Amino acid sequence: MNDKVIRIIGLHKSFGAQKVLDGIDLEIEKGKITVIIGKSGGGKSVLLKHLIGLIKPDLGKIWVNGTEITGLNEKKLNEIRIKFGMLFQEAALFDSMDVFDNIAFPLREHTRKAEKEIEKIVEDKLKQVGLLRFGDKMPAELSGGMKKRVGLARALALDPETILFDEPTSALDPIISLTILDLIKETQTNLNKTYVVISHDILGMFRIADKVAFLSDGKIIEYGTPYEIKRSTNEVTMEFLNATKIPGFSGGGL
Amino acid sequence: MLKAFLAILENFVREFGRISMMFASSIYLGFMPPFKLSYIFKQMEFIGVRSVFVIILTGAFTGMVLALQSYYGFRKFGSEGLVGATVALSMTRELGPVLTSLMVTGRAGSAMAAELGTMRVTEQIDALTVMALNPVKYLVTPRVIAAFLVLPVLTVISDFIGIIGGYLVGVKLLGINEGAYIDKMIKFVELNDIYNGLVKSAVFGIIFSVISCYKGFYTQGGAEGVGRATTEAVVVSSVTILVTDYILTSFMF
Repeated sequence: MNDKVIRIIGLHKSFGAQKVLDGIDLEIEKGKITVIIGKSGGGKSVLLKHLIGLIKPDLGKIWVNGTEITGLNEKKLNEIRIKFGMLFQEAALFDSMDVFDNIAFPLREHTRKAEKEIEKIVEDKLKQVGLLRFGDKMPAELSGGMKKRVGLARALALDPETILFDEPTSALDPIISLTILDLIKETQTNLNKTYVVISHDILGMFRIADKVAFLSDGKIIEYGTPYEIKRSTNEVTMEFLNATKIPGFSGGGL
Repeated sequence: MLKAFLAILENFVREFGRISMMFASSIYLGFMPPFKLSYIFKQMEFIGVRSVFVIILTGAFTGMVLALQSYYGFRKFGSEGLVGATVALSMTRELGPVLTSLMVTGRAGSAMAAELGTMRVTEQIDALTVMALNPVKYLVTPRVIAAFLVLPVLTVISDFIGIIGGYLVGVKLLGINEGAYIDKMIKFVELNDIYNGLVKSAVFGIIFSVISCYKGFYTQGGAEGVGRATTEAVVVSSVTILVTDYILTSFMF
């Protein structure tokens, strides 16, 4: 059981009359990239936010490393959160701080490392995401792709066991998307962490995923390797996959 | 009709409760280590230092117009000598603290709501939470403490400049006897008048900062939401300051 970092059982969440999650069951494996695919507005972000206690479920349980987190208070939750990193959809960099301070921030707040040592770690993280000389830029001066790189560097700063990605390729052009995807794959392979990615970019995700979960109508309707998902006979999955094919292009589709 | 009234009442009670909760937790977190002194100083600079100019302008013209108005009134009874006391009492008891708070609400309260609102809609507040850091401690506590400390200082400046402005208009422009002007002022104004004004302003500082942070912190709905939060922050803070002013005054004097 210990190769499962996160276990979700019977997760339900509604906002008002709108049912968003309707009984999610999912297990996320350690040291793998698990991608949760689904329609925009289908509750992927809501599911992701449950994993770190940003949203509380109406019903259901979530275990992280064997600890059930839905009943925890903020203090106990913070002990769990510290082992997570998260890359937000728009990167969510603190726009009052420059790139260096953004990455240094979690280190300064959570460790007693000397400033010299922090500097070394930050430079190391910037190098990993290919932005070594960008430390003194402000977030407003960066492009969307660069912001995501900095966001990834910040998520990696405390060497968390698990990193969550909220739509890492949304709003990026195809080439930048590809570099971000490669970066995700590369850092995951090098650092051997658990990555959980949510996205509707099904083509991109099949490049990096070890496991794919398909979220539809508030439930996980498919779970398997990309290879298995591609051969799915489930109607909803097929419809989603077919939407990526371009008629007349030999390179289209999967 | 009754239903609508009850809905408004319910909404009011809920908002009041949530704002009070935010105030309580911001103060509680302020006493919990690690202490974020540099954050407080930064906010004191923003709320205080950068408001000085506008406070000087407001204070000067308020004092000047008070002198002018009361002069026209008192002249009918031949008691122009009371203008100085009137200006000084009005400034220290009422207009100094209230106008200072309203001006700072417009300047700093709106900025607080807009900044926190933007941080909310761009997920920066969530980012703090995910980093296992309490966003209230980092964003609300320093602003509330800074506003509490800085408003009395701004009020002293406003009182002082207002009294000078009144003096210039009354004595130098309208030709009231300088001896009578100053003598009456010293005779009627007590230290307590100034103290009570400063206590009021500290309370107003808490009110506008907590309300503005609350409105920003719980912003929903993108850029439009930020705009709404900013407007509500200024309107609700200003009205609350005026209502509280009446309540405090009725107890104090």
